[in-house]
Amino acid sequence: MTRSAALWLVLGGIGYAILPWYLVEGLSPLSAKWWASYPFGNAGSGLFLGWSGDRWWLGPTFLPLLVGAALLVRGGRRPEDGRWLTWIGAAGLVWMVIAGFAIDHRNWTIDLFAEWFGPEKQAGMGYGAFATALAFLMVLAHGLAARGFCRSDAFVVSAIALVLGLVLLFVFFPIAQILVSAVEDNNGHFAPGIFFVKFFDRSVWGLDCVYSNLRCGVAWNTLFLAVVVGVGTTVLGLAFALIALRTRFQAKGVLRALTILPIITPPFVIGLALILLFGRSGAVTGLLFEWFDVPRTRWIYGFTGVFIAQMLAFTPIAFLVLIGVVQGISPSLEEASQTLRASRWTTFRTVSLPLMRPGLANAFLLGFVESMADFGNPLVLGGNYEVLSTKIFFAVVGAAHDQSRAAVLSIVLLTFTLGAFYAQYRWLGNRSYTTVTGKGDSGLPVPMPKRMAWLCYGTAIPWAMFTAVIYVVILVGGFVKTMGRDYTPTLQHYITGFGIEQTSRGLYFAGSAWDSLWTTIKVAAVAAPLTAIVGLLTAYLLARQRFVGKRSFEFITMLSFAIPGTVVGVSYILAFNVPPIEITGTGLILVICFIFRNMPVGVRAGIATMSQIDRSLDEASLTLGARSFTTVRRVILPLLRPAVVASLVYAFVRAMTAVSAIIFLVSAQYNMATAYIVGRVEAGEFGLAIAYSSVLIVVMLLAILVIQLLVGERRLGRRTAAAPVLQAAGG
Amino acid sequence: MTKPAAAVEFRSVTKRYGPVTAVNAVSFVIDPGTLVTLLGPSGCGKTTTLRLIAGLELASEGQILIGQRDVTKLSAADRDVSMVFQSYALFPHMTVAENVAYGPSVSGTPKAEAQAMAAEKLALVGLSGLEKRLPSELSGGQQQRVAVARALVLEPQVLLFDEPLSNLDAKLRRRVRDDIRELQQKLNLTVAYVTHDQEEALAVSDRIIVMSNAAIAQTGRPRDLYEAPNSVFVADFIGDANLLAAELLTRQGDLGRIRLGGLEITLPHRNVSTGAIRLAVRPESVLLDQRSPPGAIEGRITKAAYLGTHMEYTVASPVGDLFSIDHRTGAPYAVGTTVWITLAAHGAVVVPNA
Repeated sequence: MTRSAALWLVLGGIGYAILPWYLVEGLSPLSAKWWASYPFGNAGSGLFLGWSGDRWWLGPTFLPLLVGAALLVRGGRRPEDGRWLTWIGAAGLVWMVIAGFAIDHRNWTIDLFAEWFGPEKQAGMGYGAFATALAFLMVLAHGLAARGFCRSDAFVVSAIALVLGLVLLFVFFPIAQILVSAVEDNNGHFAPGIFFVKFFDRSVWGLDCVYSNLRCGVAWNTLFLAVVVGVGTTVLGLAFALIALRTRFQAKGVLRALTILPIITPPFVIGLALILLFGRSGAVTGLLFEWFDVPRTRWIYGFTGVFIAQMLAFTPIAFLVLIGVVQGISPSLEEASQTLRASRWTTFRTVSLPLMRPGLANAFLLGFVESMADFGNPLVLGGNYEVLSTKIFFAVVGAAHDQSRAAVLSIVLLTFTLGAFYAQYRWLGNRSYTTVTGKGDSGLPVPMPKRMAWLCYGTAIPWAMFTAVIYVVILVGGFVKTMGRDYTPTLQHYITGFGIEQTSRGLYFAGSAWDSLWTTIKVAAVAAPLTAIVGLLTAYLLARQRFVGKRSFEFITMLSFAIPGTVVGVSYILAFNVPPIEITGTGLILVICFIFRNMPVGVRAGIATMSQIDRSLDEASLTLGARSFTTVRRVILPLLRPAVVASLVYAFVRAMTAVSAIIFLVSAQYNMATAYIVGRVEAGEFGLAIAYSSVLIVVMLLAILVIQLLVGERRLGRRTAAAPVLQAAGG
Repeated sequence: MTKPAAAVEFRSVTKRYGPVTAVNAVSFVIDPGTLVTLLGPSGCGKTTTLRLIAGLELASEGQILIGQRDVTKLSAADRDVSMVFQSYALFPHMTVAENVAYGPSVSGTPKAEAQAMAAEKLALVGLSGLEKRLPSELSGGQQQRVAVARALVLEPQVLLFDEPLSNLDAKLRRRVRDDIRELQQKLNLTVAYVTHDQEEALAVSDRIIVMSNAAIAQTGRPRDLYEAPNSVFVADFIGDANLLAAELLTRQGDLGRIRLGGLEITLPHRNVSTGAIRLAVRPESVLLDQRSPPGAIEGRITKAAYLGTHMEYTVASPVGDLFSIDHRTGAPYAVGTTVWITLAAHGAVVVPNA
């Protein structure tokens, strides 16, 4: 047995025999009460609880650990160790899963067992249970490695087991819970009939708006909005990309900045700014009323408002996708077309545009999915135009608390986004017309035909100016009394939110926003590195290792990208509100939620960077006696710095700006900035909301700087481009 | 070298990737202190074989022994083997000294000692003074020597080279090739060396293992392979060869009478039965003359190229198109000239298994 396998076995023993098995609520480990009846009672360990008969189902967990102890005592390395370790890990895990799910906080989850064994209940998993489960998983991985999995590399098998275990637990299991709860009534009884009633309800699929004045079903609303936003963002993004790459437009830097800003803007802030401009008492509305007697209306609330807000928020994403696509078109193809006497317009129409087609489809699908998943803007601006994400929210938190309805609507939404994701994966995954090759392409990009250029300017420039105005509003809005009515400069909003008072006992953070801001920063700061670790580890496995089922592994790790935040929120409530994993209301659930929502970007960035690093670097390190872990630490990680920065920044920013998922998961103790701001918007305190939003943007900018300073640049020497290590691996 | 050189032994080793068999039941022994080349066209399994020795791939079946020890299931980090990669695989974020000291330092050697070991090996390859440079600041040849120093630093039982010369220009290639051979002999290393260049293999090897289609085609000293190829593939792959249809008339002792067109020659029959056979004739053994010696085959020059040291001719003849090298460059034959073809005493061989 290897030393690390032995260490994991020991950890399993500690977790089972010493640490408190269950989550002890409301008490700190330092209090005497906590330890009063130890090793029995609430904070008792699995061993004592199990064998005292108190929680007899914990008893059998001892068996695999005993076998492990026997192996440890015998010592030495033997060929049959692998089989034993595999058995220990698998048996332990299987039993823990069965025992964990069989009994919840009320009783047996299967009524029949309650009759047989009498009533039993248990709390959520605590330190002991967690340590033991982790140890079993790692022992299983070491066992498989000893049997020759992944070239006998224990680190790699452990990493695969860990990532797979985490993804199954925190992505798959919650989604499965949604599916289960969709066919249950609100008391938890199996009722498939209700599913069909709720699924085919008129409020979901009704087409009344086609032939009458009534509203259409929420599913059609969502779909229509998503398609329109998808098309709109793609067209605008393409216009921006063409201007940036194919014209001599001067202010390209401004263009770039305008595309970065929305990424660090909480999504609903744009909706908020739109209200301040075009709402009934908005700035523009006011001007129109005073100058032209245009009556004040609520036109911005509804489809139009949500559409404009989403266009503003998601066009940058389309731009970032399409700029890569336009860059990827080999200029020599266009030159070839021109030497064949095609005009610039014909070249653009018959060569450039068709080459962009997969990119355009990609951008459309992204806009489509983002619009579907968006929660903040419809919440703020939706008015009577209901979409799935808000409808799900109100099904959970609204007056008619209806979890199974939320589950059914989640399934509808999930079907749409997964469909789009699947289409992208199947149809676009292997099809790229990108024509950049290793060979230098000395061609020059053909400037756009005049007509096309003017079309681009015509759409993009007004739009860019509009975006600029929005950000001016966000900046200024916090410093005036009431946007649209009273432009007296004031710091009142900032003082309400972020006031600090000098008291006799030192500084007192009196502002109402401090709590949520600190929580947000803390959660984001904890989540970001963990997200980067999980993401890059996954990327390493996908880019560098061969194992059975890699394709499926990749698919499920990317899957969480396609699950809308609202669905994640609902699913986490359903899955983690009851034992065996009972973490709702804690800061932990926020961190976990962020890790698995934002991990895919780390995976993508990691794979992209790693595919540029010659594989023989890893192999050289291995042949020099370094194990995989050392190789990752000393060779791969230092070369991966750009990806580390990208995934850290993304994870941090998304943790600070996310709304949809966490609005279900925040609690009084752990409130997040975005949830707090949404609350202020709903209460009509726009000034404070917008002031807080600008503070968030500034915090994120600072965080990005700090991350870049901490991680630093990678050092490759003067002739980076010519370095042989960046060549693809040779045969 | 403090450690004695070790032998490498493959016992019926197979490596499969899904349905593809990359190495098929290969067995061979590399004697301690020898340089053995794995030679073959791309995709023949030679690189996979090398990676199996290194432990970068694990065998699907069979046994691998290094210095009498069974290492079949050991990972690369656990084998006492170092490798010089085709791309050199120098860590771009480390200096030359850090690169070379990497091996000792990851195995827990104190830093000063690791530095000293690195300095010693750098001196051995003649790169003292460049310790502080980054790999990107070195020339291709220097990078190659750093890679060798790094591979030597742990004094491995076996040293592996994966096409080490392919990124060097033609002039440098010959010098580095000689340096590697000299180092190997000086340090008495066991070396496995992969190349697809038969000339390189002939120049450096004690023995050559020719591979084809995931299996060993022939093993032997360079001279054996060139002068006595045991298959059409080997005859064609090692050096150039004219593969001609001939007839074995009679066998007498080890020798046989062979008829090729109008020529009759005597060659070792190599246990080929009488009747139609294949004859491999090296281009330098195809002699051309404008006078007609007895029994010569008549031919006509169809192509002629001047290469400085020699002429290359293609000659159309009744026994097929012949490729010929002629070192008399003074008065070359023009295309269309009729010539008479005879074979030199050496350089023609009966190919078994044809």
